[in-house]
Amino acid sequence: MTDLLAARAQMGTSLAFHIVFAVLGMGLPVLLLITEGLWLRTGNPVYLFLVKRWTKAFAILFAVGAVSGTILSFELGLLWPRFMQYAGGIIGLPFSAEGFAFFIEAIFLGLYLYGWDRLSPRAHWLTAIPIAISGTFSAIFVISANAWMNSPAGFRIIDGEVLDVDPIAAMFNSAWFQQSLHMVQAAYIATGLGVAGIYAWGILRGKNDAYHRAGLTIAIALAAIFAPLQLISGDISARWVAENQPAKLAALEGIFQTEAGAPLSIGGWPDVDARQTRFALQIPRGLSLLAFHDPNAVVQGLDAFPRADQPDPRIVHVAFQIMVGAGFAIIGLAAWYWIAAWRNRRGGNRDRFPAPWLLRALVLATPLGFVAIEAGWVVTEVGRQPWIIYGIMRTAEAVTPVPNQFIALGGFTIVYVLLAITCAILLVHLGRSPLPEIAPPPGPPTPSSGTNREPHHAVA
Amino acid sequence: MPWPDSTVTLEFALGAILLLGVLLYAVLGGADFGGGIWDLLARGPRADKQREVIAHAIGPIWEANHVWLIFVIVLVFTVFPPVYAALSIALDIPLSLALLGIVFRGAAFIFRTPARGFAFGGTVWDRVFAIASTVTPLFFGMAAGAVASGQIRVADGVVTSDLWRTWLAPFPILMGFLALTTCAYLAAVYLTLETTGDLQEDFRWRALGSGAVFALLAAAALPFARSDAPRIWQGLTTGVGLFIIPIGIALALLSGWAVHRRRYRLARAAAIAEVGFLLIGWAIAQYPYLVVPDLTFSNAASSPAMMRAALVVFGIGALFLIPSLWFLFRVFKADLPGAVDVEAKAP
Ligand code: HDD
Ligand code: HEM
Ligand code: HEM
Repeated sequence: MTDLLAARAQMGTSLAFHIVFAVLGMGLPVLLLITEGLWLRTGNPVYLFLVKRWTKAFAILFAVGAVSGTILSFELGLLWPRFMQYAGGIIGLPFSAEGFAFFIEAIFLGLYLYGWDRLSPRAHWLTAIPIAISGTFSAIFVISANAWMNSPAGFRIIDGEVLDVDPIAAMFNSAWFQQSLHMVQAAYIATGLGVAGIYAWGILRGKNDAYHRAGLTIAIALAAIFAPLQLISGDISARWVAENQPAKLAALEGIFQTEAGAPLSIGGWPDVDARQTRFALQIPRGLSLLAFHDPNAVVQGLDAFPRADQPDPRIVHVAFQIMVGAGFAIIGLAAWYWIAAWRNRRGGNRDRFPAPWLLRALVLATPLGFVAIEAGWVVTEVGRQPWIIYGIMRTAEAVTPVPNQFIALGGFTIVYVLLAITCAILLVHLGRSPLPEIAPPPGPPTPSSGTNREPHHAVA
Repeated sequence: MPWPDSTVTLEFALGAILLLGVLLYAVLGGADFGGGIWDLLARGPRADKQREVIAHAIGPIWEANHVWLIFVIVLVFTVFPPVYAALSIALDIPLSLALLGIVFRGAAFIFRTPARGFAFGGTVWDRVFAIASTVTPLFFGMAAGAVASGQIRVADGVVTSDLWRTWLAPFPILMGFLALTTCAYLAAVYLTLETTGDLQEDFRWRALGSGAVFALLAAAALPFARSDAPRIWQGLTTGVGLFIIPIGIALALLSGWAVHRRRYRLARAAAIAEVGFLLIGWAIAQYPYLVVPDLTFSNAASSPAMMRAALVVFGIGALFLIPSLWFLFRVFKADLPGAVDVEAKAP
């Protein structure tokens, strides 16, 4: 295994691992904020139980997110020192801003987790707001750095030297907005579906109580609001790619030859030897229409680029099909849910909602948002190859000169496996631990009364 | 205020912020590692109680304290990108090991409580937490020692030094142990304020012991600095540098004395001042080098536009950060049990 390959594999593994926790770090605070707010308003203890349960999970997930993010901060240098030497002075600004977002997030998380008996219920609820905001902002900032890799801006190269650096223009490059939008919505969708699936499973297994129904409803609502919007934002992303990264577009669509009025291939396998995509369902002129909003637009194929500049369509095309497929499945599920909920409101029988088939579909969809996110990132990152900075620096030029990278790859892979297994065991255990008896609603306690509080350690 | 547009002022201001970040990571994050060291060394009839107090003390704040490290990293690659690149290559091995320590410390701290529900899960993660907390400052200290020693060489942007010999040498190793005892000392002093009675005495003894080891190591490091880190030695023996060692000794004596007399709040203040002063002294001795002897402020800084933008971001960020941090420490650290009526509690 070459050092370059090992470094790429390590970077990809690390990011694929981190993104799961990062997504939950953005989505869970929103769920906590809503649910704790409902508790303050209604005094219904069911909401409090949900909040307490999610808080315990969040404590674990956040810490793993923080350590895996730290690995990434080091890896940018350990694996790609030449990239960072080049890029740090141009695109450092969003990273610096991200640092402050992390501070706010970690500080208020400390207050949120350990502050139950030191803050009034309202103040406690308020501490979730900065967590939610800074979680989302940290994603937007880091995405802006990634967008710059796709769409380098804010500097000029004269005789091989970087001049006229404009950090603001670099940060607000042409890709930052649609990538950020698409990612933030993706995080809310994935968190909502993931949490909803767990409660759907509980209900299917006969725990059809107020606790499970509330958990399901709040979570699925979050996902169902953003699912249709994701289609629009995905279309914006696709059109940006069409215009700015034609090789990535060709790879993700599996187009080898340049043609006018190009068809849209759904599914299929790009046969790189025969230079065509086989077994796909083709919609005539579909791609030209979607990507350029003109049925006769010319779409460049992979063969329009030198071999050395082509991303691998086998990975990129398949990943794109997975993301879009998951996207449509999620939208269908959201529609199903809203229609069922609406019917139920108009005189349905509460105990028959949600119907078992909807619940089963929700259970199956638990990981779907995460699958779409991983696949989408593969499209973005592998589709950018062979460039680390699009059109400017090749990944091979950026890699570290330190030999034996396979050792680090092996070591960190073991770390991720260990962390993932432990996390999974602890979360399953947490999910199985018995709930407190649902007592008569005590109402939100005043700061001085001690009802309904757990002792000190939220993670105890 | 006029824009600081002279490049030198910008470099200096950002260098000062960088130093402040390192300093805060040392006195805040360092003490969290120190807590893990005392968890590893917990002994005697109150060992479990000691561990409990440590966990209680660092629980709400360690994640915030950890972000100072991220702050430092980000600042380095934004403002001094060649430094980040050179250190990532030259110190690949110790930094990777420190990173593993950070990962296992953080993960184990959060895993161990829920893992107690399992046959042996809790014990395993307890151990991992303690060991990882101990090795991390050791490797960071060695990396810092290598930076100061002048053994990391960069020619035309290419690192030419050996992957092992720069940090596996007497001076960096001593620095590693110095960092380790610094963390232990800070933690022991802070913990005297989190406890009362016998437990407080336990940490008082630990503070005195680690303080003594610290003094021995520091004394041992000086002759090595002379031969193995000549640039630092020169900085410490000429000009303003001449004041560094005497003031450092005075602060160390003050904090040791205060621990001895059970004046714990004074001890904490003096210990923080001592560590801060050590780092400032190191920076003064090393100025204007960032990585001795090839990377300096002037040949490693990014463009003035980037430095100016970074200063603005730090300014805005500080507006959010300072009140939030103040609130965090006020909620959790304002009414420490050990901070009341010090002299009266002598047994
Ligand atoms: C819940 C997750 C999710 C869902 C349902 C979708 N996506 Fe997506 N997609 C992502 C999650 C995601 C992502 C993981 O968040 C990516 C990776 C980089 C980015 O900005 O977002 C992404 C990237 C991404 C890109 C590449 C952008 C680039 O390289 O700059 C395109 C073209 C699309 N998406 C298009 C779509 C379309 C047409 C969808 C229709 C349903 C869709 N996505 C659903
Ligand atoms: C979290 C979601 C992300 C995932 C799953 C992801 C995935 C990947 C993968 C699979 C690769 C290897 C590509 C290849 O070599 O074929 C890669 C490379 C890389 N990614 Fe990402 N990425 C993500 C986000 C980011 C972000 C936000 C940044 C930067 C701020 C980034 C920076 C890089 C760098 C520097 C490389 C190495 C160079 C390269 O291969 O081009 N990634 N990523
Ligand atoms: C699409 C990609 C990414 C997203 C959406 C994202 C988002 C987040 C979020 C929301 C957190 C909060 C922690 C949590 O909830 O667990 C986090 C943590 C972190 N991330 Fe990422 N991140 C991404 C990629 C990266 C990359 C490429 C880096 C490295 C440069 C990075 C560095 C960090 C660090 C250092 C932390 C820990 C902060 C702390 O200590 O609290 N992240 N990230």
